Amino acid sequence: MTTPRTMFEKIWERHEVADDLIYVDLHLVHEVTSPQAFDGLRLAGRPVRRPDRTVATADHNVPTDDTPSARMIVDELSRKQVETLEANCAEFGIELFSLGSEKRGIVHVIGPELGLTQPGMTIVCGDSHTSTHGAFGALAFGIGTSEVEHVLATQTLVQSRPKSMRINYTGSLGAGVGAKDLILATIGRLGTGGMSGFAVEYSGPASEALSMEGRMTVCNMTIEGGGRAGMIAPDETTFEYVRGRAAAPVEGAEFEAALADWRDLLTDPGAEFDHEVTIDAAAISPMVTWGTTPGMVCEVADRVPDPTRFDNPADREAAERALTYMGLQPGTPIEELKLDRVFIGSCTNSRIEDLREAAATVDGRRVAEHVRAMVVPGSEQIRAEAEREGLDEVFRAAGFEWRASGCSMCLGMNPDTLAERERCASTSNRNFEGRQGKGGRTHLVSPRMAAAAAIEGHFVDIRSWS
Amino acid sequence: MKPVNVIEGAVSVLDRADVDTDQIIPKQFLKRVERTGFGEFLFYDWLRDGEISLESNPILLAGRNFGCGSSREHAPWALQDFGFEAIIAPSFADIFRSNCTKNGLLPIELEQAGCDAIAAAGRASIDLAAQRVGWAGGEAHFEIDPKIKDRLLNGLDEIAITLGQVAAIDAYEAERARFGPPNLAVDRLPAEN
Ligand code: SF4
Repeated sequence: MTTPRTMFEKIWERHEVADDLIYVDLHLVHEVTSPQAFDGLRLAGRPVRRPDRTVATADHNVPTDDTPSARMIVDELSRKQVETLEANCAEFGIELFSLGSEKRGIVHVIGPELGLTQPGMTIVCGDSHTSTHGAFGALAFGIGTSEVEHVLATQTLVQSRPKSMRINYTGSLGAGVGAKDLILATIGRLGTGGMSGFAVEYSGPASEALSMEGRMTVCNMTIEGGGRAGMIAPDETTFEYVRGRAAAPVEGAEFEAALADWRDLLTDPGAEFDHEVTIDAAAISPMVTWGTTPGMVCEVADRVPDPTRFDNPADREAAERALTYMGLQPGTPIEELKLDRVFIGSCTNSRIEDLREAAATVDGRRVAEHVRAMVVPGSEQIRAEAEREGLDEVFRAAGFEWRASGCSMCLGMNPDTLAERERCASTSNRNFEGRQGKGGRTHLVSPRMAAAAAIEGHFVDIRSWS
Repeated sequence: MKPVNVIEGAVSVLDRADVDTDQIIPKQFLKRVERTGFGEFLFYDWLRDGEISLESNPILLAGRNFGCGSSREHAPWALQDFGFEAIIAPSFADIFRSNCTKNGLLPIELEQAGCDAIAAAGRASIDLAAQRVGWAGGEAHFEIDPKIKDRLLNGLDEIAITLGQVAAIDAYEAERARFGPPNLAVDRLPAEN
């Protein structure tokens, strides 16, 4: 009998070209982290080894106002960055979905949507949220620009093998509590460095019960816990999601062969992880971040914490600084925090299911007078699907702005930003200082919590809200 | 890449935990398509607002989980362009650490006590070959992956090293023809005109 292996080990071992040299099945590229990599190739006279395993899109710099083509982007530097991507992809023969393409969208949304993301693959991208693709039982992680160049030139990556961790979610999530709450609670418990150095496998009934959208939300934020990669074993939910997509294996013998292979990926019974954690999903409430890291998070029914209660001096100091930046007083009930903005979008929560949940929450209601709320679908395909279902009408009627797809206010490299001191309920992944605009104050929440907060103008517990 | 060996000099101290790459180089400066010139934007908001002060020295002493968040290599580019040659901290975020070594910026993990002693001493000297940091009144050993150490000491181009193994990559591809979509089967975009 062979030694039992984890899913991570199986995928790692089948991609080892040599010691610490990993083959990359799919390389996703976007405009921000690639220009210097293409420059490096040009300087050294190197071609792209596998343009057929490389796909590019424009997302970070894209205005969400339906700007029809790169050359129409008003901001000069943004325009230059997207045009540079277009020129590089044309020169090196890489498929690109730029402005004007109906397949364009946030890089981590379009990979799965086009069927490019499949179980068992290694996937990299010059973006930390590449961990999203692990939801399919792929090994996916973010890389820097030097590594982007390395992958373009060699289709491989020099990587030392991370340790493995399993997070077991027992029980099931309560009504109104979703994938976003699950991962926020996990990071709150383990800390922003708690998964550092690990490839994490999420498992257990609460994880298995999640839709693909929910699984992507969980894996997406693995990086916020410091994890190298997050992954969830592929199952029928995964296979049904992949089936029939543009780049999926062709229905019939090809798909059947792929299925047999994918079923083989699961962690063997008895396989050992370097670290295991168990979390009771049934005990998790809707979560809201109060500080400036995703680990500074509490339940919606809690109060803003008192920094003097933290034992560790570094944590105390960080909490004090965070509260000053966030303009918060210890002891204030989270539900009393008054909001100026609501953002529903980003690669964490902008997929069709997220939009359906948010739309169902706001249907027939009106956004509070003092709140500016926007919905930004993750891709042009999601936008079209939402419009077919009439979700755009629901949002508009409630007073939300309905925008074209892109990263938008997740990081504000485009015109969508927070003004100084504006308080925002956001479905994105990072509440760092200035992330959504200089001086902006971000609270991370689930799509349902963001939608309800938009209506009331402050946070509410979605479970008791009607 | 320039070879790295001995780094010696004054230490700038940034005593904060979880400093993320959004602070190291705020997003509005990521739009440049060059690798150089990011130093003047380092910690842009914090330095502008007088939140911190930071001198250009060879060594930066930072808090735990330094460089968390985004994979932007602009962060090490900015730190290096500002003048830093090495960063000492209790821990680093994975991608950031890897990005540093690709650019010859040396990340060194030391226990908190060692970091505190170096901050108090104000100067340090680092010997990569010996894997040792010394300061007035103390010294410590640090760990580094032997391959990364060799690449840094010799200033080697990682892509050139990997391309030296191209036969292995060819063999791998030949043997394992299909995992994931080799042909994307998605339509080519109409050419821009
Ligand atoms: S949506 Fe946000 S986190 Fe996701 S890729 Fe875009 S900027 Fe990064």
